[in-house]
Amino acid sequence: MSSFGKAFSSSIGKKLVVGITGLFLILFLIVHCFINSLIFLNDGGETFNLGAEFMAGNWPIRAGEIVLFLGLIIHIVQTARLTYENRKARPVKYAAYNGSANSKWYSRSMGLLGTLLLIFLIVHLANFWVVSRFTGIPTHDVNNRENLFAVMVETFQNPWIVLLYVLSMVSLCYHLLHGFASAFQTMGWNHKKYAKLIISVGIWYSIIISVLFAAMPIAIYTGLIN
Amino acid sequence: MNLTLKVWRQKNSKSAGKLVDYQVSDISPDMSFLEMFDVLNEQLINKGEEPIVFDHDCREGICGMCSMFINGRPHGPKQGITTCQLHMRSFKDGDTIVVEPWRAAAFPVIKDLATDRSSFDRIIASGGFISVNTGNAQDANALPIPKRQADAAFEAAACIACGACVATCKNASAMLFVSAKISQLALLPQGQPERYRRVQSMVAQMDAEGFGNCTNTRACEAECPKGISLENIARMNRDYYAAKFASEEEV
Ligand code: HEM
Ligand code: SF4
Ligand code: FES
Repeated sequence: MSSFGKAFSSSIGKKLVVGITGLFLILFLIVHCFINSLIFLNDGGETFNLGAEFMAGNWPIRAGEIVLFLGLIIHIVQTARLTYENRKARPVKYAAYNGSANSKWYSRSMGLLGTLLLIFLIVHLANFWVVSRFTGIPTHDVNNRENLFAVMVETFQNPWIVLLYVLSMVSLCYHLLHGFASAFQTMGWNHKKYAKLIISVGIWYSIIISVLFAAMPIAIYTGLIN
Repeated sequence: MNLTLKVWRQKNSKSAGKLVDYQVSDISPDMSFLEMFDVLNEQLINKGEEPIVFDHDCREGICGMCSMFINGRPHGPKQGITTCQLHMRSFKDGDTIVVEPWRAAAFPVIKDLATDRSSFDRIIASGGFISVNTGNAQDANALPIPKRQADAAFEAAACIACGACVATCKNASAMLFVSAKISQLALLPQGQPERYRRVQSMVAQMDAEGFGNCTNTRACEAECPKGISLENIARMNRDYYAAKFASEEEV
């Protein structure tokens, strides 16, 4: 095997891939959250639709979409593999195991939180991505732009969808509360000079992103935004 | 003190084991956990039953042998100590205490509570040393080492290879142990010539032994009797990337 082959099939190399794809998804969420937050301008979705049109009609962003899907798939495949290997590393389980004495529950539940996110992502992509890319957005707004905002408003009339979205954002928050700092640790960036900064940015990032995303379906369902 | 113990009994590495209930009475709160086991074993021997096999040696917290997973935690409920340093005053009269061996594919049970930790020895044998004789202790200032660096190496060298980190880790990962053994040499001048070979061969051996993959839960650091820090794992990861992606040293 080549040196790189060996590196990426080692435990540390596999984790590096999870960390890099995780951080890439974290960067993506910043852009995604910023554009979607344009609905909070409460202008009937005009600015949001402009943002959506920009994202759709821009080839570097289209190319980025492919990288994003690849990143997500690699993240999922790699973490599934790690989780499987980790189960195998302890064939006989403890009768008594007091995990909460030494670690956070969400750091021990990344597989569960990730699976919830995966279920959410399938629903989420079916709700919006499939519509905007394949089946077509049915209406246009006052500026004759494709009215993705209207699709959003319609989707979030269903309370079950709203509930799924809000609960999924709770999962996202906990996934990131562990994932953010964990990715830096995996990459070897645990240093007295930066540790505090990384931990606090991670906490703020996780909370802000999930609260903003969760606020969108709630605001639309309750009619605060229309 | 009167206590109920639920202890893992297993005939040998092949057979399946199970938890067996035992009662002990008149235990002094000043006894160590291992002394309480001595009392229990004497009871068993007097009754003609087979005593419980458990590892121990120094009984003063330096050899790392006394591996017991007590009520869901390695070395019991206290931080920064080994099982031999755990006193019965840490429990209450009438308590039920569950005692299991370290559980990991790479630490197979030999008998009862004793596990085979020679996977750690093989990791050390794969590179956890300096190949040339570095001579006697240096004259204090002959080899300049910054204080901060010397302290960090000393802290890493405190690892007693007990395996509590593996035992408590939900992934049975050995990253804390291996990173301590790599760091104690990577931080000192004598360790430099082999630094990038060592990290590659020791990580490869760790993986070959069947330890799990670290997910940074930090349980190891919290349970380590010697307070080995997660910073060592980050250092090992950095060295590993440098070795694999930058150095030309192939292992
Ligand atoms: C937008 C979505 C997601 C983001 C931003 C994200 C981010 C992250 C980050 C930063 C890590 C830490 C990496 C490291 O420690 O090196 C991580 C770990 C993990 N992710 Fe995700 N992830 C996402 C979606 C998913 C999905 C859909 C799954 C599974 C189906 C998943 C499963 C996991 C698992 C199992 C880990 C555990 C590895 C560990 O504990 O360190 N993630 N994720
Ligand atoms: S790192 Fe700590 S817990 Fe792990 S083997 Fe060394 S002393 Fe024991
Ligand atoms: S018997 Fe040596 S550390 Fe406990």
